[in-house]
Amino acid sequence: METKKSPRILVFSTDKISDPGIDQAGLRKIHYSPTVYTISLPCSSGIKPRWVMRAFEQGFDGVFIAADGHECSYSSRCPEFTNKIIEECQKQMTEKGISPKRIRMAAICSVCAEPFASHMANFTKILAELS
Amino acid sequence: MEEKQKKQRIGVYICHCGGNISDYVDVEQLRDIVGQEENVAVSKNVMFACADSNQKEMIKDIQEKHLDGIVVASCSPKLHLHTFRGVAERAGLNPYNYVQVNVREQCSWAHSDHPDQASYKAAGLIRAGIRRVSSSEALTNIEVKATKSVVVIGAGLAGMRASIDLARMGNQVVLVEKEPVAGGQMAGKGPVFPTNQKGQELVNTLLGEIRKLPKITLFTSATVDKVTGSIGNFKVDIKVNGTPGEVMSFPAGAILVTTGYESYIPKEGEYGFTEGGRVITMKEFEKMVDSSNSSLSYKGKPVKTIAYIYCVGMRQTKGENKYCSRSCCTAAIHSSIMVHEKFKGIKAFHLYRDIRTYGKNEILYEKSSRLGDTFLMYQEKEPPSVVQGKNIVNVKIKDSLTKKRELELDADLVVLVTGMVPRNDSQDIANKLKIPIGNDKFFNEIHPKLRPVETVINWVFLGGSCQGPKNITESVQSAMAASAKINAIIRKDTLELEPIVARIDAEACTWCGKCQEVCEYDAIFQIETNGKVVASVNDPVCKGCGICAPICPADAIDIAQYTNAEIEGMIDGFSQQVDLNIEKGKSGQEGDAGGMKDFPQIWKSIMENLSEEPKTIPQIAAGIQQPSELVTWHLMTMNKYYIVESAGIDDNDEYFLYKLKNQAK
Ligand SMILES: Cc1cc2nc3c(=O)[nH]c(=O)nc-3n(C[C@H](O)[C@H](O)[C@H](O)COP(=O)(O)OP(=O)(O)OC[C@H]3O[C@@H](n4cnc5c(N)ncnc54)[C@H](O)[C@@H]3O)c2cc1C
Ligand code: SF4
Ligand code: SF4
Ligand code: SF4
Repeated sequence: METKKSPRILVFSTDKISDPGIDQAGLRKIHYSPTVYTISLPCSSGIKPRWVMRAFEQGFDGVFIAADGHECSYSSRCPEFTNKIIEECQKQMTEKGISPKRIRMAAICSVCAEPFASHMANFTKILAELS
Repeated sequence: MEEKQKKQRIGVYICHCGGNISDYVDVEQLRDIVGQEENVAVSKNVMFACADSNQKEMIKDIQEKHLDGIVVASCSPKLHLHTFRGVAERAGLNPYNYVQVNVREQCSWAHSDHPDQASYKAAGLIRAGIRRVSSSEALTNIEVKATKSVVVIGAGLAGMRASIDLARMGNQVVLVEKEPVAGGQMAGKGPVFPTNQKGQELVNTLLGEIRKLPKITLFTSATVDKVTGSIGNFKVDIKVNGTPGEVMSFPAGAILVTTGYESYIPKEGEYGFTEGGRVITMKEFEKMVDSSNSSLSYKGKPVKTIAYIYCVGMRQTKGENKYCSRSCCTAAIHSSIMVHEKFKGIKAFHLYRDIRTYGKNEILYEKSSRLGDTFLMYQEKEPPSVVQGKNIVNVKIKDSLTKKRELELDADLVVLVTGMVPRNDSQDIANKLKIPIGNDKFFNEIHPKLRPVETVINWVFLGGSCQGPKNITESVQSAMAASAKINAIIRKDTLELEPIVARIDAEACTWCGKCQEVCEYDAIFQIETNGKVVASVNDPVCKGCGICAPICPADAIDIAQYTNAEIEGMIDGFSQQVDLNIEKGKSGQEGDAGGMKDFPQIWKSIMENLSEEPKTIPQIAAGIQQPSELVTWHLMTMNKYYIVESAGIDDNDEYFLYKLKNQAK
């Protein structure tokens, strides 16, 4: 087994923009915590709150949404939609006694390798402090 | 949503990637662990999953062992998703029963500093892949029958040229023009560069051809009222002015937008521009030159000295139009030459920022200099000042070419060289067709180099100067490219689209209309099934973005390949306990930070070997004493990541040469 467990983070990325950014981090060996797992979707506005809640049920410590922000090719309202989803998740999380700080979002672009790694480092720190 | 039959005979292939993965991840142990999963029938390690030999082996496995799903744990799906979908298809397995797991970019490389933990993560990723594939559905591509007719919007030179091409290739064309006459910016125009033919003559030539082609219907004073239907079968409603209430509908397999541009109109006071003054725009000047005969005069006073001010309204580092309009330098110089050829004794001063008479038009620049025109250069920060007198305009410029000496001249006429700006009304067309507008407010193609005439909306195309500043040749070229592209698509009887679309569970849906509200592509409509009103998806229009899914209060919507079962299965797979026997720090290097220094050794050798000059694969293989097959696979990956690039073919026309990216040949 892993010795000291670092917080487990589930990342929702997007096929065309943020996932390539995360790939870049790997390619350039810009390291982040190995307890980060990524699921890539067409658009961050398609994340269902029930998936987020499933992650917490399965012992994830945090959920990070690597969104396209204003670069989204589907909708100019993407940031607004994604924000609404996060609000809904936070509502459900609070009901279950999970800190709303355990979900985060940032725009990650297709070359955002360093920003992604530093978001992961930050979030890992925040989550470690929370528990 | 209903539980689908889960896959029982899954094949899992875990790739070494020649060390890229196996140097950090214990692929052998993972193979054994995964092989014990109940629904896994085959679990293998492969040196290079993408290699031809492995693809053949996979096909054999799928067929002989009756696999119903496959997982390849290798590089990023961005690189090989389609390779393995193809493998599945060739083996007779539905390509959507295949899942690629990224254990290289998002595992072995990302965590090469923690190889012990990388193996744990890889286990989670692969198990997530297995769960995902076990819930995957066999999907069929969406077939679309295309109507062999095209609606072209805008009858400038671009739209007319494209319509003629499309009609000659056998398609029905409806050409819609807003103005009472066709021709766009060239209607009524005098001689244009580079041929000196009159703009109106070009228009007449094309109109003559259009009249001869019964397949083209041209509507003038007409606009597009509404666009409905879907890819391959649009319905375009056209409204003709003066026929109140009358809207005609036309079917269209594809739509081509050639709505052109507008000329920049200077603001009141910009370079002394006022109604009725002696400062006029390029467009007005061209008209005046064309219609004057023996002498050139303006407002009753002969014109002897002309000052042209370039880049008016263009190339504004702080303003709206940041781009260069491309045609105006040449247009101004061309007009100046016309003026000298038509009238005697005229002095011309060109106040420019840079001269961009690119390509063959450089000859015109040279010619105007020989004719005695004076060129003075100004900087954006210190534009010329223009003060109108009674019959004369006083112009002052800080000439960059003579150390910003202030020069002063009195002109009879100042011509503001105004360029091409996006049309004021382009948002209207953008809204109707849902095509994106760029920061520069021109329409956006998918990719300026790789897909220059397509838009993100399937089968809506762009041509001519509605995409950005273009001269006539360029406008017509892009219009012809678009018509060739359109014809290639609609001449086939049916077309296939990826089936990654929204699906609605009619039992769960209670028709609240929320999904329809958020769908920006109008893909959702209402239907009645079994006496119940529910939402339904128009597959060919749906982009599969998934925005409608979380909105639904009844959770009645999922996106193919991203269903609850698949996504939640992945989350569960990540979280499954795994016991690996890994000595800490067994392999890989600790604490390396970024850069190239811990690329696989073989990459470093290849890069060193290429540092002097471009080489072929056999040369590199000989140089680093490795088999050329191994070099080939690594070089392919390095090429995909822009570490190396192709440098043409060798002298014997036998092998491609490769060089380090950014290395001169
Ligand atoms: C000052 C100046 C001088 C130039 N001189 C030259 C030259 O000498 N040589 C040269 O090669 N190039 C020249 N150009 C460039 C040239 O004008 C363009 O390349 C060319 O006209 C572009 O043709 P087009 O068909 O794309 O657009 P346009 O000519 O703008 O045609 C677009 C048409 O679409 C119509 N339309 C727009 N919206 C709608 C709608 N919603 N519904 C229906 N119809 C619509 C418009 O009414 C118009 O008829 C010059 C440009 C400028 C600014
Ligand atoms: S073509 Fe010449 S005048 Fe026109 S914007 Fe470009 S540089 Fe300025
Ligand atoms: S949001 Fe859901 S319930 Fe409402 S109409 Fe759409 S599918 Fe039906
Ligand atoms: S997936 Fe996107 S395009 Fe398709 S119906 Fe839903 S919102 Fe519309």
